Amino acid sequence: MDLSQAYSSMWADIAAALPLVIVSLAGLVVVVFDAYRNRHAATPLITLAALVLAFAVEIPALSADGTAFHGMLRIGGAAAFVNLLILGSGILTVMLAMPYLKRLDMHIGEVYSMVLFATAGMLMLGAANHLVTIFVGLETMSVCLYILTGLVRKNQGAIESALKYFLLGAFSTGFFLYGMALLYGATGTMSLSDMQVAAGSGSVMFWAGVALLLVGFLFKVSAVPFHMWTPDVYQGAPTPLVGFMSTASKAAAFAALITVLVLALPPERWTGVLAVFAVITMVIGNVLALSQSNVKRMLAYSSIAHAGYILVALAAGTPEGYSGALFYLLVYTVMNIGAFGVMSQLEWDDAQGSTQSLDSLAGVGYRRPLLGWTMVFFMFSLAGFPPLAGFLGKWAVFAPAIDADLVWLAITGVLASAVSAYYYLRVLVVFFMKSARDGEPGTAAGEAFVIPTMTRGVLIFCTALLVVLGVTTFAWDLTGTFFG
Amino acid sequence: MVSLVIFLPLVGAVLTMLARSESAIRWSALLVTSATFLLSLGLYFQFDPGVSTQAVPQMAQISDLWFPDSMDIKYFVGIDGLNLLLIMLTTLLGPIVVLSSWTYIGKNHKPYYTLLLVLQTGVTGVFAAFDIFLFYIFFELTLIPMYFIIGIWGGENRVYAAVKFVIYTLVGSLLMLVALIFLGYAAGDAINAGVFTTDWYKLVAFNMPLGTQNWLFLLFALAFAIKVPLFPLHTWLPDAHVQAPTGGSVVLAGVLLKMGTYGLVRFCLPFFPNAAQDYAMLFAVLAVIGIVYGALVSRAQTDAKKLVAYSSVSHLGFVVLGIFAFNVEAMQGAMIQMINHGISTGALFLIVGMLYERRHTREMSDYGGIAKSVPVLTFFMVVSVLASAGLPGLNGFVGEFLILIGSFSSTSLASPWLVVVATTGVILAAVYLLYMVYAMFWGTLDRDENRDMKDLNKRELGLLIPLAVLMVVMGLAPSPFLAKSEPAVKDLLETIETKRLAAEEMASSAQALPLTID
Repeated sequence: MDLSQAYSSMWADIAAALPLVIVSLAGLVVVVFDAYRNRHAATPLITLAALVLAFAVEIPALSADGTAFHGMLRIGGAAAFVNLLILGSGILTVMLAMPYLKRLDMHIGEVYSMVLFATAGMLMLGAANHLVTIFVGLETMSVCLYILTGLVRKNQGAIESALKYFLLGAFSTGFFLYGMALLYGATGTMSLSDMQVAAGSGSVMFWAGVALLLVGFLFKVSAVPFHMWTPDVYQGAPTPLVGFMSTASKAAAFAALITVLVLALPPERWTGVLAVFAVITMVIGNVLALSQSNVKRMLAYSSIAHAGYILVALAAGTPEGYSGALFYLLVYTVMNIGAFGVMSQLEWDDAQGSTQSLDSLAGVGYRRPLLGWTMVFFMFSLAGFPPLAGFLGKWAVFAPAIDADLVWLAITGVLASAVSAYYYLRVLVVFFMKSARDGEPGTAAGEAFVIPTMTRGVLIFCTALLVVLGVTTFAWDLTGTFFG
Repeated sequence: MVSLVIFLPLVGAVLTMLARSESAIRWSALLVTSATFLLSLGLYFQFDPGVSTQAVPQMAQISDLWFPDSMDIKYFVGIDGLNLLLIMLTTLLGPIVVLSSWTYIGKNHKPYYTLLLVLQTGVTGVFAAFDIFLFYIFFELTLIPMYFIIGIWGGENRVYAAVKFVIYTLVGSLLMLVALIFLGYAAGDAINAGVFTTDWYKLVAFNMPLGTQNWLFLLFALAFAIKVPLFPLHTWLPDAHVQAPTGGSVVLAGVLLKMGTYGLVRFCLPFFPNAAQDYAMLFAVLAVIGIVYGALVSRAQTDAKKLVAYSSVSHLGFVVLGIFAFNVEAMQGAMIQMINHGISTGALFLIVGMLYERRHTREMSDYGGIAKSVPVLTFFMVVSVLASAGLPGLNGFVGEFLILIGSFSSTSLASPWLVVVATTGVILAAVYLLYMVYAMFWGTLDRDENRDMKDLNKRELGLLIPLAVLMVVMGLAPSPFLAKSEPAVKDLLETIETKRLAAEEMASSAQALPLTID
């Protein structure tokens, strides 16, 4: 390629990928700023401003359709939707994390630069149109998340979970990279748009590459049997950041997986495989969640199960399935950030502390009505009750499977989600139907703690959004326009 | 106006949430539910059974703003002969339940009344919906408030009962959801230009192929059978009833259970007529087992509330039997029996609740001879018991009589012996109910605390009188009520028959086809 030609489209490319540029630059700014003004109060505000700006810039791109940087990134449509999702998740997370980290005395600039860099990686991953951008995005995101997991470095649990995450993550990266190499060997291209043609019906080497690639993706979305890291990481990492990890990184990885499925693979050959992963993920995720007594761990298993629901939609292999998966990711993001937001407020015992066990939360719904009643919405939405968004989300992922004659898969899915109702309701049982006994941890310190205004805002916003997304269909209709 | 009746309680829920004091909460809840009832009277008098609802319900309200393009899902509510009386029952019980909770609810008044009002919106919506997606949303919406009402304000074992209630119902309704989506796609492909549809009239017009009908029918029927509850899926009911506060029990028995039987009539029968007839015998047998089993178990109870709870299993068995008899008499009997059961069992739960408020026990052996200390309460108890047992002249008799006659002559149910067995249920009902009256109200008044019991106050009188009046009126003059639903029931049975024949013809011509090629 002629270099002058490459430069000729440079400004247009940068303009098209402006949110990514803004977020990356803001990350650098935060690093530099923090070097001169350590722990300055403005650091999180810079972060927030950058994310909001990027969000605003991305909105008009929803109706666009194209690629940038010579086919490395997709612009507009589904990519824009996922980018908005990631940025929105980032904004809410930073708002939740600011007071939380201040209380932990971990109010350091590095956190915010890591969040920004992770966001940049996710934006690249979500919009990737080329194996190389997928890989760069995936690694940028993962490395930042490893660091964020181990943020509270005085806490042994945090260190353990960070190390676990890193080792297993590095392992899955190896699979991913090897898969890429095999795909390149089989097709001679790394561009996803060219791969389908080049692959034909697919050689053995091609399908081996696909299988390895799939392992990498399934690890990142924490599908069973590649889910082992999830509960430990979610339990050890700072709670608001878990909300970020469990939503934005999942959205980015699923978006990349959808791109690979739609663009790169010959149609119809992978449906059965994804259906099998969907079933074991839903069943095992939900069943293991049943026996958890720690709320964060329970939510971790629940997030595994939700990855299973999304896989159901992908297994359908239809445009409705892909758009349903995107819609589900949106709904899932809102409710999960909300749920982790509530839990982050309930950690009032000591620094990182709090056992986060169900027993310690008895009667919390009455002492903290705001946390209690917003949690009602998040739990019922996660369980898929109408008229909340969780129900429309379930509809959006199961209906395509039924339409694609995978009725057995949908039936497994709804039965699994009936199981999930048990453990989501158990949280509410503890919140509202049990009273705290004397001398238990949390009660005294809890009375004194004031919920920050920003946190209140985020929780109420998430609740309202769940209702709005549940009774209107604009977002669902929007996702319907992206495919085919 | 239908929408107003549905959503006025929801507006009221917001009102109670904003209300400052305890009495403001209660009064606003009472005001809203009473206003809703008055509004619904308008529905009753405006409804004209002479106008056919074969193509569109009366007072229909349709809006397709909800799902603009991609799917044929609409906000579609209306009134026809099948749902009119059930909506009336729901709105009537609204203020009664609020009044019955006046002093019973000791803590957290605000969420209780808010949830109660949300619940009423859900139940009314279930009955008024003519779009099955909308129906499903309302159907599930009723679970959330009921879960909290049992779980927060219930008895000792409330958490277990609440969770069991939700999980049972949820399993059924989620399986129905799968069937519903399948049905919507199939009907959309066949008759709606490939657009997914949940419009009730379109789905009724669609002939489902025979093989698929069977499993779709079973998935739908399972959801409704759990809700009814049909034997052997009834085990959640005694728990939920016994643990729920009085108000919750009244709503549960009065209208929530009717969502199951109503669902069978409204959806299962017209959508899957062939499968429904094929499985009619199975459901009738289960219903009869439920009738006898429920009655026997009731007799064995020592807890008055549990006794009434099990009697619901027995009484709703009659309704299911009537539905699966597939003729006008039995179906009409089932329709009116749903209302009767709501009124008489509702009254029984109210009275047991009043006794519990006075004595904090539901064990029948803790009472005895209280007819002397609370004569007015005893009067209402006896009326309700006799109505519930089916004494001629009171409302219970009408429904059970029609159901038994209808099922006896039914061609779908192979044997009249079923009806003979079911009839023993009527006798057993008299046995266990009169035993309860005997044990609690007659006999010797040997406990001091029973001697000092206060009789009904004005509030309690106010909420029992309308129910008692209805028992007598519906017993002596049932025809105005029956007339409201008769044309709709006839239409429904006609539709079922035509669809059934058409499907059978299609199946036989498909079989005959290879022969003609030969």
